[in-house]
Amino acid sequence: MHLTTDVLVIGAGGAGMYAALEAARHGANVLLIDRSLIGRGGATVMAQMTVAAAVGGECPDHWQHHLVDTLRAGRGLCDPALARVICEDGLECILEMDSWGVGWARKEGRFTQVMAPGHDRPRCVYVDFLNTGPAVSRTLRTQLIRAAGPESARAGLVQGATPGSIRRVGDLLVTRLETQGGECVGATALHLSTGELVSIGAAATVMATGGLTRLYRRNSASANMGGDGYALALRAGAALLDMEFVQFFPIGHLAPRMIGMDPIMWDPFRYKLGGRLLNGNREEFVQNYGAAVSDKYIVTRDLATYAITKEVEAGRGSPNGGAYLSFEHLSAEVLREAFGPVIDRIAKNGIDLTQMPIEVAPIAHYHMGGIQVDAQMRTTLAGLLAAGEAVGGANGANRLSGNAITEALAFGRRAGRNAAHDALASGALRWDGAGRDAHWYTQGPSHLDFNPAQMLVELQALMADEVGPFRTEAGLLRALHRLTAMRAQVGEVPPKGTGGLDCVRIDWFDLFQMLLVAEVVTRAALLRTESRGAHQREDFPGLDESWRVNQVVNTDGGGQLNIARRMVPASVLIPDPVELA
Amino acid sequence: MSQIVNHLGDHRVNLQVNLQVNLRIKRGAPGDALRFETHDVPFEPGQSVLDALRWVRAHVDPSLAIRYSCINANACKECMMRVDGKTVYACLAKLEAREMVIEPLPNKPLVRDLVTEVAPSDEELFVSSKV
Repeated sequence: MHLTTDVLVIGAGGAGMYAALEAARHGANVLLIDRSLIGRGGATVMAQMTVAAAVGGECPDHWQHHLVDTLRAGRGLCDPALARVICEDGLECILEMDSWGVGWARKEGRFTQVMAPGHDRPRCVYVDFLNTGPAVSRTLRTQLIRAAGPESARAGLVQGATPGSIRRVGDLLVTRLETQGGECVGATALHLSTGELVSIGAAATVMATGGLTRLYRRNSASANMGGDGYALALRAGAALLDMEFVQFFPIGHLAPRMIGMDPIMWDPFRYKLGGRLLNGNREEFVQNYGAAVSDKYIVTRDLATYAITKEVEAGRGSPNGGAYLSFEHLSAEVLREAFGPVIDRIAKNGIDLTQMPIEVAPIAHYHMGGIQVDAQMRTTLAGLLAAGEAVGGANGANRLSGNAITEALAFGRRAGRNAAHDALASGALRWDGAGRDAHWYTQGPSHLDFNPAQMLVELQALMADEVGPFRTEAGLLRALHRLTAMRAQVGEVPPKGTGGLDCVRIDWFDLFQMLLVAEVVTRAALLRTESRGAHQREDFPGLDESWRVNQVVNTDGGGQLNIARRMVPASVLIPDPVELA
Repeated sequence: MSQIVNHLGDHRVNLQVNLQVNLRIKRGAPGDALRFETHDVPFEPGQSVLDALRWVRAHVDPSLAIRYSCINANACKECMMRVDGKTVYACLAKLEAREMVIEPLPNKPLVRDLVTEVAPSDEELFVSSKV
């Protein structure tokens, strides 16, 4: 099958859905695809609570103050122009989402905003209870469906533009980007439920596939977040940036086992209720690592991750190898007022928070690195744009709480607008599908001599143990050695297909992309001989000012990785923060 | 006291005895003679049926077709199937140390093994086939 479109958007999370809406508003016909159901896979739908935007619901605020906090959190590595898009455009997107009925929490007509670590004032809007991600996804999906309907039902059309159409197709796993003359002209995808190959010709393509947290054993995102967008872009000739910076969320749920709850659920609990973080001896400990003890939630993610890991190493961890998080000092009434029905879901798992602490431990949560883009979301490969977590550079070495959904929306909107512009310009090429079947899809082995599902588990363990939040040269070299062997075993040619939902073949494609991305992360981490933000080298403690550079990853024609240093872009366009009354 | 490590890697717990789950899984693609396969899976309290199916893929048979993305968050809605005759999300169905019968949804087109077509019809690739 061959499909053709003006704008192809790969990934239907917050960034991809906003990009599709915006591209259509600017007159482009859009094909929005995802390997899962539209608006259900990826990370957005799993967001529990906070979305940072200077809407000034609690106190006066301005996006410039948000920008100052974002740049500070990034430990000197943010691209200020990209960070500015999050804070400035993000604000408009949050308000547009509000007009679409997302349901941001309000009190007496004003937005309710919580104080999150790293912000100078309460700045994070949310949808109760733990419903931010589902509400954002549902709202965008509703707009997409509306956009497929009559013009009169559509909001926000650009004046003078004839709206483009939006077609949504799930179940499509992109296996490669197609290029002609150094320009991205579409993609090949595997239709999962039939096993058929689909060629897609597109004048512009937006990569909105999210991050790489699936590379790690314990992670807070979905199984779709294996970094395939990075691998697709890199293989096609686009550059990646800051790939060594993987953010670990310090208090991911560890024990007792719960079903039906997202592992980052305790974050909202801490925003609203504080809670006490205790070691295995039931003692508070973050003060021993330079943080202030407080019943408020102010300790930053990198410091909390460090403190918990070091307590466990010192033999003072909780029974399952983490820390205790306790709300035992709070009454049942207080808990219910803050979290309503969520308390019942926790009780169904046999947990009474007034009687017992739960155990938490660091969990892979977000990737600061990604595809290199300019402030218009254009990558270094013509015809390819990127949006959302797939983009690198905006958050530097450490992302501020609440910026992930904001960047998904802001980057998605900007990428969609520019993709429409590029696609509708004269001379934009579209792939006609020629040569699709000549690729490596039909020549592979009938059987694999290894279990790819088992290798995925092994890869996650390897990355968690050797390329986790704390790294050493010896560990990184062990990881590289093993990754090289795994890549050799997986090979370059996929096994022959056996029809619909061929999980062995799907796992092979995932491994093919994930192993490349894992190697890129490991090599970049090995080169950066300092500790900064989310990249902590135990053999190179402390920040090294000479490392205030970004690392850019490219491949040469033969697939060899090349990692070079780049000066962090200067902040010439950023005005001083305005004085607020 | 023996220790069971959850091989899906989530965490480890100590148990007095090695309990097992006996999964009877209905397998096959459209046109095949559908069959039941039985797998013994180590049991750990608090696991979901999806955890056990993932264990089977990683340790016994990677060709077992299942579909999920969020794993544990009740967000993606992809892992809908029948457990002991009831329609459930596998990520929400509690695993129990006994025989459990796992089947695909009976009222949706079968894709393979435990996977059925659950996408809205206007989001499918082959729209015409449904009209």
